[in-house]
Amino acid sequence: MRIPGLNLAWKPLAGEAPAARADVGEWQWTQAARLVREGGGRLVALWGEDRRDLADDADEFAVHAAYAVKEGLALVDLLVPAAAPAFPDLSGLFPAAGRLQRAVFDLLGLAAAGAADARPWLRHGAWPADAFPLRRDFDASRLPPNAFADYPFVRVEGEGVHEIPVGPIHAGIIEPGHFRFSIVGEKVLRLEERLGYVHKGIDKLFESHDVASGHRVAGRVSGDSTVAFAWAYAQAAESLLGVVPPPRARWTRALLLERERVANHLGDLGALGNDAAVAFALAQFMRLKEDWLRLSGEVFGHRLLMDVIVPGGVARGFDAVQAARLAAQCDAVEAEVRELRTIFDEHAGLQDRFLTTGRVTPDLARRLGLAGLAGRASGQAFDLRADFPCTPYDALAVRKSGYAAGDVAARANLRFDELLESLRLLRSLAAGTPPGELRVELPPARAGAFGVGWVEGWRGECLVAVEAGEGGRIRRAHAHDPSWQNWPVLEHAVIGNIVPDFPLINKSFNLSYSGGDC
Amino acid sequence: MLRILRQIVRTGLVSEPAPAPDEALRAQAPAIQDEILRLLGRALAIRQVDAGSCNGCELEIHALNNPYYNLEGLGIRFVASPRHADLLLVTGPVAKNMEQALRIAYEATPDPKLVVAVGDCGCTGGIFGESYASCGRVANVIPVDVAVPGCPPPPLEILKGILTAVAARAPG
Repeated sequence: MRIPGLNLAWKPLAGEAPAARADVGEWQWTQAARLVREGGGRLVALWGEDRRDLADDADEFAVHAAYAVKEGLALVDLLVPAAAPAFPDLSGLFPAAGRLQRAVFDLLGLAAAGAADARPWLRHGAWPADAFPLRRDFDASRLPPNAFADYPFVRVEGEGVHEIPVGPIHAGIIEPGHFRFSIVGEKVLRLEERLGYVHKGIDKLFESHDVASGHRVAGRVSGDSTVAFAWAYAQAAESLLGVVPPPRARWTRALLLERERVANHLGDLGALGNDAAVAFALAQFMRLKEDWLRLSGEVFGHRLLMDVIVPGGVARGFDAVQAARLAAQCDAVEAEVRELRTIFDEHAGLQDRFLTTGRVTPDLARRLGLAGLAGRASGQAFDLRADFPCTPYDALAVRKSGYAAGDVAARANLRFDELLESLRLLRSLAAGTPPGELRVELPPARAGAFGVGWVEGWRGECLVAVEAGEGGRIRRAHAHDPSWQNWPVLEHAVIGNIVPDFPLINKSFNLSYSGGDC
Repeated sequence: MLRILRQIVRTGLVSEPAPAPDEALRAQAPAIQDEILRLLGRALAIRQVDAGSCNGCELEIHALNNPYYNLEGLGIRFVASPRHADLLLVTGPVAKNMEQALRIAYEATPDPKLVVAVGDCGCTGGIFGESYASCGRVANVIPVDVAVPGCPPPPLEILKGILTAVAARAPG
């Protein structure tokens, strides 16, 4: 592991994710970000930690940044003294750091020195400005009443400019968040998001769980990515425990992850058609998705595949008869999806709504750090399954898809491509999963042991970091959803579009509220 | 167009029969008098409120709208405003940051109104419980008539919960 131009003492981490961590000083914190940026790397996650519990005389916090670099995942750790709880701002180098740093302040009271935007992000008024939930001395039993605070949105002024506030409760069956549109006529001049409504204190909740049971929490960071987060958590736990799951479990995990990808892509393609007034597409794709979820339920005991991946392996596998059914379903779905893709391609009204709508150019995507599926539709060709393939992806040669147009059409086409590729992978996974044990016994966790997991979920890369405490407990864990990176880019994607296209653009990204707010 | 028609014909009707209401799901004795219920008959407008869910329950509520369950055929539909709704379908532990919005949505829903809490989190607070960020179960914030457990409950269980609420309103 290296960040060229910076000499750091890297400590490799065990496990599936190719990762290493290093301590940095303040200057190196900024320099690492700059060099990663210049080298074409990306910021994956940023979070903080209260370390004052580690020794009687410990009087420090820490911030952590995870970067994707050529060799894998580079984690840098910066100690922050309690007497001066601030660290250098990275939002000038990685715009996505802005909201992450605001969250670090809300939860830990560590300020990003020099950041232009210091408004609260997760703190809406449920806890006071001088209380920080992730501090060890935080007392949840002595909070004042929940007092929802006003939020200073950026005002756009000028002749004919007005605002449309939307949310937090939206007009459909959607997660909550607030969108403030500044518009002229029906054209969007500016969109400002205010999220954090479904903040549930997940990082804090992890600390009341054991390393061996935290996967259930991780699996509920974002319900549509339960497999990705459970796998990332399991990787982190196995990394810190020094265990390797059996081959059967590793293949089964990939099969679960691809089934989750297919389920979400089916749902999104239907919803995209529906938002372009092709209700037929919604009915067709939702029918296919229902068939898909039902078979998941039959084989794995859960339609969304929650809690199937556990640290050390998987809770359930599939037998030869089920493997044949899983493969046969891929054939059936593929035939239908190809037919529906032709219908999409030939539908003039639908293409008219999709093409050039909600564009994010590759250059803008690169500068803002657009991640995952949306990134690949804007020329950001990153996919962990192909870039850093763990078992069994190393045996499957995942074909990465990508577009440069960066519009709704590109994001829809990418979903078709990835859906079909996942069906190909699923047939190989169903046929190739070796027999054997489903899981291994977990040794006791050593206090202070640290592990990380990094998985390409259907939306993008999900990261989970876990540090063990005393008695097998989790001392600190953090889950990062790629929606953190992509929400700010959505604000750019809608500029110049008309308000009625917002639902379509929003759906084409389909970002998680819960995953970011968690 | 021909392809669309061919696909529709080839698909045929996939709707399945609806389940029976399940009285075991009822969280409390029906608070609303039959007399008032008759005013609305069986048609039901639902406003769904995600008050803090992980989105798992929403996926299954979406699934409820797929052709297999034929929800609109039962006279049930989802509406955009609580002012148009007879029933609030609420998911999640109620996040502290959603507490006010949920109360406002409840107040905006015209009487008589029903509330169905969906999912383990909505029923009990689930894995999230009560914390600095979570008010716990839906009933901690607004009155709940029917609670549907499950993480998430599959579409048929949610439909049963809704029908259990509707059954109390059926005329005569």
